[in-house]
Amino acid sequence: MEKFIKLSGVAAPMDMINIDTDMIIPKLHLRTIKRTGLGKVVFDELRFHTDGSEKPEFILNQKPYRDANILIAGDNFGCGSSREHAPWALLDFGIRCIISTSFADIFYNNCFKNGILPITVSQEELDILMADASDPENPVLTVDLETMEITRPQGSMIRFRIDDFRRDCLLNGLDDIGLTLQKVDKIDAFEAAQRQQQPWLYPSAV
Amino acid sequence: MAQPQTLFDKIWQSHLVEAQDDGITLLYIDRHLLHEVLSPQAFEGLRLAGRKVRRPDATLAVADHNVPTTDRRLGIADPESRLQVETLSINCDDFGVPIFDMLDPRQGIVHVIGPEQGFTLPGTTVVCCDSHTATHGAFGALAFGIGTSEGEHVLATQTLRTSQPKNMRVLVDDPLPPGCTGKDLILAIIGQLGTAGGTGYIIEYAGRAFRDLSMEGRMTVSNMTIEAGARAGLMEPDEKTFAYLKGRPMAPQGAQWEAAVAYWKTLKSDAGAVYDHEVRINAANIAPQVTWGTSPEDVVPITGVVPDPKDVSTEAKRTAMRRALDYMGLVPGTKMTDIPVDNVFIGSCTNSRIEDLRAAADIVRGKTVASQVEAMVSPGSSLIKQQAEAEGLDKIFIEAGFQWRESGCSMCLGMNPDRVAPGKRCASTSNRNFEGRQGRDARTHLVSPAMAAAAAITGRLTDVRELAG
Repeated sequence: MEKFIKLSGVAAPMDMINIDTDMIIPKLHLRTIKRTGLGKVVFDELRFHTDGSEKPEFILNQKPYRDANILIAGDNFGCGSSREHAPWALLDFGIRCIISTSFADIFYNNCFKNGILPITVSQEELDILMADASDPENPVLTVDLETMEITRPQGSMIRFRIDDFRRDCLLNGLDDIGLTLQKVDKIDAFEAAQRQQQPWLYPSAV
Repeated sequence: MAQPQTLFDKIWQSHLVEAQDDGITLLYIDRHLLHEVLSPQAFEGLRLAGRKVRRPDATLAVADHNVPTTDRRLGIADPESRLQVETLSINCDDFGVPIFDMLDPRQGIVHVIGPEQGFTLPGTTVVCCDSHTATHGAFGALAFGIGTSEGEHVLATQTLRTSQPKNMRVLVDDPLPPGCTGKDLILAIIGQLGTAGGTGYIIEYAGRAFRDLSMEGRMTVSNMTIEAGARAGLMEPDEKTFAYLKGRPMAPQGAQWEAAVAYWKTLKSDAGAVYDHEVRINAANIAPQVTWGTSPEDVVPITGVVPDPKDVSTEAKRTAMRRALDYMGLVPGTKMTDIPVDNVFIGSCTNSRIEDLRAAADIVRGKTVASQVEAMVSPGSSLIKQQAEAEGLDKIFIEAGFQWRESGCSMCLGMNPDRVAPGKRCASTSNRNFEGRQGRDARTHLVSPAMAAAAAITGRLTDVRELAG
């Protein structure tokens, strides 16, 4: 996983609530066995007509937002399906950071597994950042995970919070399976005890 | 005396492998379900790292999303869908994971076959790379959807790194009125909580309205918990739960069964246990529910009308509502019962079990599907299909003009060829009415099986209580 330390880039405003994972990546694109290559179809039905031509009104089809790597979005971003294709597709497009007032739980977790930073801010802060991003002349934000600060285009700061473990994993690009496997003794001990108490959970042993 | 605990507390604490100081928990996972869509990249990750599946005996895979619901001996026409289903079989072979492939008589939707096989058990932790894993909470299992990377973590370690969710109790202490089902109850709850109302929580359902439901009805309720934003629903296991599980192929047998039931009977929230949030809903006010918009919270009683954006409080909600009305092709003030339908779909992990098919067949019996309506039934599993056929339900549907299909996720999300055409309107027993969910530009109205059956007969959204007389 790629580390996330500091990111400076174009923020695209998506002023909609309840942007669901079917919108982010429609089901027909789930028929892949790979994690990569989904950026060209992220937001497919919002972004393209059925003939494949672009919908000019969609924000990511406009300059400078074609090159966005930050999304500013309305409440409850990523609701719906658990498909990790949603963060894979956003990442493949170039999005490394999403800022909203809230995220659906599964989507939120999925972001951290893929080096994407989801930031939760207040409605007032979101309104400010949405307005910043809506100025095509200068929609550039800087997100610093070490100091947990968002720098606005004219230089003022907005602070944010992320739990320590997740922050540490993103800053260091850690593979958490490797971390967990270092605790295999504890897993072994748990299973040995559970097998005594609830042997029916171990069909191969029954 | 120990501090009173909720059902959630009991299950959570009995699965802690390690609680870190920073709030992250290593939670043991008892049961892991897999399907073909969200698992290939997890196996690929294991392969790249040279890892194996820690507990194949606690893992079960099935092909459900991409499978055709027409004659399966012909195989899968779409090459991408076929590759995904074949990849699941190869992965399961390579890693020793049990699988029900497309032609297995036990094949079905992952959240139907888990309980049906007795793989889902009370007091367990259950995960699947699928948000509707919440279904299994009906059995008193802590069950939630995870992402593919988390699935890979579970395959390799049989644990999940997660933080403890908050705990909400939804209490409905009076009986549901006639004509209302588990589907109407959960839609009404989602309407009240909103699609983000449960974010960060698990929801324990308590009270008579839930106890009165069959296991099928409880599964429908728990299944749609995710549509309120909560990852898991939870219900106390009781005699209905035990009766449902007894004798299932993967449930404990003999002395093990007795020991298991004795343990399961302790899985209750203690009197005085504290919840982070409590919501009380009065069932007496619930009428059969139907959605009008593109979020499951966009729900009204069938006796209601399409709402007006000018009546809502915030600009963000007004904008979302206008967009939804435009997508759905609806005008505020229209009576819900005046809305015609083109398609009816009875199926999905929400409402495709035998009780659902019986309820729909009761409405359909001796009647005919309206001429402009295309209606289909996809049973939740091949075993349910078999049982329905033994009861003669297939004939009732076919004689009325329904298509009687094989089991799978089907038109709930249209990954297989079962889709609603652009601009067409579908009364569906599934769980999501998102834009494009059942097909590009398709319009979905979520309803119960009996309501879907009624809409098929009249050709418009219909109050089933009038049709049933």
